[in-house]
Amino acid sequence: MKGILEYIGIDRISGPLVVISGVKGVGFGEVVEIVPSDGRSRQGRILSISEDVAVVEVFEGTSGLAQPTTRVRFLGRPFEITVSKEEVLGRIFDGLGRPLDGGPVPFRGEKRNINGLPINPVARAYPQDFIQTGISAIDGMNTIVRGQKLPIFSGSGLPHNEFAAQIVRQARLLTEDEGFAVIFGAMGVCHDEAQTFRRSFEESGILKNVAMFLNLADDPTVERLMTPRIALTVAEYLAFEQGMHVLVILTDMTNYCEALREVATSKGEVPSRKGYPGYLYSDLASIYERAGHIIDRPGSITQIAILTMPDDDITHPIPDLTGYITEGQIVLDRSLAQRDIYPPINVLPSLSRLMSDGIGEGRTRKDHANLSSQIYAAYARARQVQRLASIIGEEDLSATDKLYLAFAREFHERFLQQGTDENRTIIQTLELGWELVTLLPEQELTRLKPEEIDQYGKI
Amino acid sequence: MESTAQQPSVTMISGPVVQARPAHKFSMNEMVEIGDERLVGEVIDLDEDLATIQVYEDTTGLRPGADVYAKELPLYVELGPGLMCEIFDGVQRPLEVLRGKRGDFIHRGKTGTALPRDRVWQFTPSVRPGATISPGEILGEVPESQLITHRIPVPPDVQGTLEHIVPKGDYILDDVIAVIRSSSDKIHELKLFHRWPVRKIRPYRERLVPSEPLITGQRVIDTFFPLARGGTAGIPGGFGTGKTVAQHQLSKWADADIIVYIGCGERGNEMTGVLVDLPKLLDPRTRRPLIERTILIANTSDMPVAAREASIYTGITIAEYYRDMGYDVALMADSTSRWAEALREISGRLEEMPAEEGFPAYLASRLAAFYERAGQVVSLAGKRGSVTLIGAVSPPGGDFSEPVTMHTKRFVQCFWALDKELASARYFPAINYLQSYSAYISAVEPWWTEKVGSTWKILREKTINILQEDSRLQNIVKLLGEEALPDDQKRIVEGARLLKNDFLQQSAFDPVDTYAGPEKQFLLLDVILHFIERLADVVKARIPLFRATELPVVAEIHKLKFTRRGDDPGPFKSVREQIDKEINALLHRQDSL
Repeated sequence: MKGILEYIGIDRISGPLVVISGVKGVGFGEVVEIVPSDGRSRQGRILSISEDVAVVEVFEGTSGLAQPTTRVRFLGRPFEITVSKEEVLGRIFDGLGRPLDGGPVPFRGEKRNINGLPINPVARAYPQDFIQTGISAIDGMNTIVRGQKLPIFSGSGLPHNEFAAQIVRQARLLTEDEGFAVIFGAMGVCHDEAQTFRRSFEESGILKNVAMFLNLADDPTVERLMTPRIALTVAEYLAFEQGMHVLVILTDMTNYCEALREVATSKGEVPSRKGYPGYLYSDLASIYERAGHIIDRPGSITQIAILTMPDDDITHPIPDLTGYITEGQIVLDRSLAQRDIYPPINVLPSLSRLMSDGIGEGRTRKDHANLSSQIYAAYARARQVQRLASIIGEEDLSATDKLYLAFAREFHERFLQQGTDENRTIIQTLELGWELVTLLPEQELTRLKPEEIDQYGKI
Repeated sequence: MESTAQQPSVTMISGPVVQARPAHKFSMNEMVEIGDERLVGEVIDLDEDLATIQVYEDTTGLRPGADVYAKELPLYVELGPGLMCEIFDGVQRPLEVLRGKRGDFIHRGKTGTALPRDRVWQFTPSVRPGATISPGEILGEVPESQLITHRIPVPPDVQGTLEHIVPKGDYILDDVIAVIRSSSDKIHELKLFHRWPVRKIRPYRERLVPSEPLITGQRVIDTFFPLARGGTAGIPGGFGTGKTVAQHQLSKWADADIIVYIGCGERGNEMTGVLVDLPKLLDPRTRRPLIERTILIANTSDMPVAAREASIYTGITIAEYYRDMGYDVALMADSTSRWAEALREISGRLEEMPAEEGFPAYLASRLAAFYERAGQVVSLAGKRGSVTLIGAVSPPGGDFSEPVTMHTKRFVQCFWALDKELASARYFPAINYLQSYSAYISAVEPWWTEKVGSTWKILREKTINILQEDSRLQNIVKLLGEEALPDDQKRIVEGARLLKNDFLQQSAFDPVDTYAGPEKQFLLLDVILHFIERLADVVKARIPLFRATELPVVAEIHKLKFTRRGDDPGPFKSVREQIDKEINALLHRQDSL
């Protein structure tokens, strides 16, 4: 039964899907090659199969396919890519893993199914190695640890690319002696954005440790469904077989989800929210969950996915479901960006779930947790005071409330605001935090312990 | 087409849904194995000649024509010694064993038994041959962990005369330990374990009304929205509002005998976090590691979706099994929304007509049936046990009007609404005290007034009045600022702030604050309320309120929750005395002016 089967003729073409009947001996999820009369073959995957009908999604789209003349070859294997350290790092591929840099197709390494396998929860090592990004709003208030998946929720036009590139350049993870790699997966981004990243990698001299998988805005939509999986398959190989610390950047997940919706709609599936399929959560989880640390294996995968929230709406299904899967989120804010604050991180909805285990004595500093909590509480209060001030005017505020206003100002201008190449140590960030909270009277500092105030707050 | 053996085979595959023919070889909800790899599935629909099967594993590469083997049993779990301290996936595959056999990643296919067959257990019989055995009766005991004595029951569907029982000694699971002859002369050979279908409620003798609180050590829950043993609770909250931390806190500190924790479609690292924490933490009552009373079911979001649907039932059946031995079991399901989404996904693949938001029309009845399996009962063996259900709900966009939250609200007695605004100010637990409720307040009140403090009810009501008054005043504060309020209203706002900061807020990560026993809760609330009451005197004497809130004793009140465990009322009493001393001094100074 194994081996390649070839059929001629397609029964139905609908959007990115083709239906072929009379098919025997092919399996669910296997790869298909579709060869139109011009001979340029396209790849596809079986979405459902019954005794005689196979539904195939064609990654490169169906335009130009003719029903009677197209040949369809069932390859009898799932989608696989060949990975080896030497043939992948320092290179650029398209969204399906074919070289774009003129180099050879990787062939020496191991063949791996791009869908990967779930990590057994008992095999996972709990991520708790602090990564210093040099960005105060992250290190101080939303600390990232190795093996975490922390997305950036952005909006169109916000500086998420510069911001992500700055994290890649500065993250302490990358400057240690241990092997590291950056895997960059682009789904439907414009050419310029991909170039921005490439230049940034080049400038920081890490290009030889980077592999880029680019599905650009003008590349076929359905191909995008494969790109993150290919990127993560490479990442898993480097992290868990080669013991490297891998940072995976995926951008833009919104384009990925839209491709998924397109395929689901063509199949005539019952939609759930906003036309996205009911399995969007499971599908996203099969991508985001491919991050982590495994007991007794030296490497790790840290994932930073970027997504643009449609209409800046955080309750839209894409950011919403993402937030339920990832270990927190960094939220960029348009009003901060408009006031020229970079990075425009809105700390209130931002969160790092793995923070509490990555900070404290022996990792960062023992006052870190309470200080961060105090800044959060004070900033939340300061925002309320700002709202109040816009109604009754600053003059009529109480003395304490005025201090909160000053706190908010300092927070925006000194703590949040930093240059695209400004790299602060965690101690600098914490000291800055103390300068801010000590603007407030001591009885307002309910989240801090008196001995912490004595030790760090009286500079 | 017609063959003599007529081995059923696959006709269609679409993700986790597979169809097979001929249908008459199967029965509804029967377990099946598919193909050479023996993928496990369950029959969920029979239609003329086609059987629809949901498969608990990845179906990639499966082909039409693959053989399907009927197991002649509904989806079941193995119940017996060896469950405790274990971590299973949604269809009860032991994950540690799986890792030992297949490595760090979860591969598909058969992996052996749920319970270890080679482990030796010391069995002590408690019945004699010749005895008449009723269903569910206890045959004897096995020490399962340091904390749990496993009472071996007769399966609920077996009864008769005990022909034979083994003497005290060491046995493995497959040994026959007893033989029962039924009235119809049928011989039942009983082992240390039995199988039970997960979708069938385990029978009991009598259902009791929940009357005792399940103390969770979380102040806002125990004091304001208490849960009862055998009760039900729902925790809805958008992402980042602390659902999972709340569930973890409950699984650590709830004073149940046994905790069943179901990670249903959630993050892998979170399950790892539980696995790392539980062996290190000690039970406040028994001083033993918490893991010794815990059973974990992990079906993370990247594991197959159909097994996610099953994981809830696997968990609750295990919980009922221990309930029948006379234990108080608390079950946490994180999150029931993922389970509901798994239902939706399967339903979508079956092309069923959707109801709200694509969920199948039977969502409400399934949720009701799940929460109905909670309760305090007298088991068939005459033991008093309970299953308390706590389900997390993950409403899309944090919108509580979506179907899963709405239906959950209909079936649970406690509703702990998590609030995004509180969470973003890092105010935890972010339980919104105005939206949450508990139907058990009057049921647990006698317990509190009898065991903890006779003024419990009064304290509670006073506190709630202050908080409600405060939320009304906050509307004014938002518009005009706190300064605009007269001093007696300022007192309420100030008092509510103290209650929020020093009582309601509780740090899950502080070693002392993480757990507050009932005595501490009572003492702490008493001290804070006393201060607020004394503030009234200050207002009456026309002393500016800030003079009182700047008193040194306020810092002492702040410290109490972090430094005292409540086993000794002394420190609370002395802070109370200090309040009186300082306020009296303040009033006195005013008089002498």
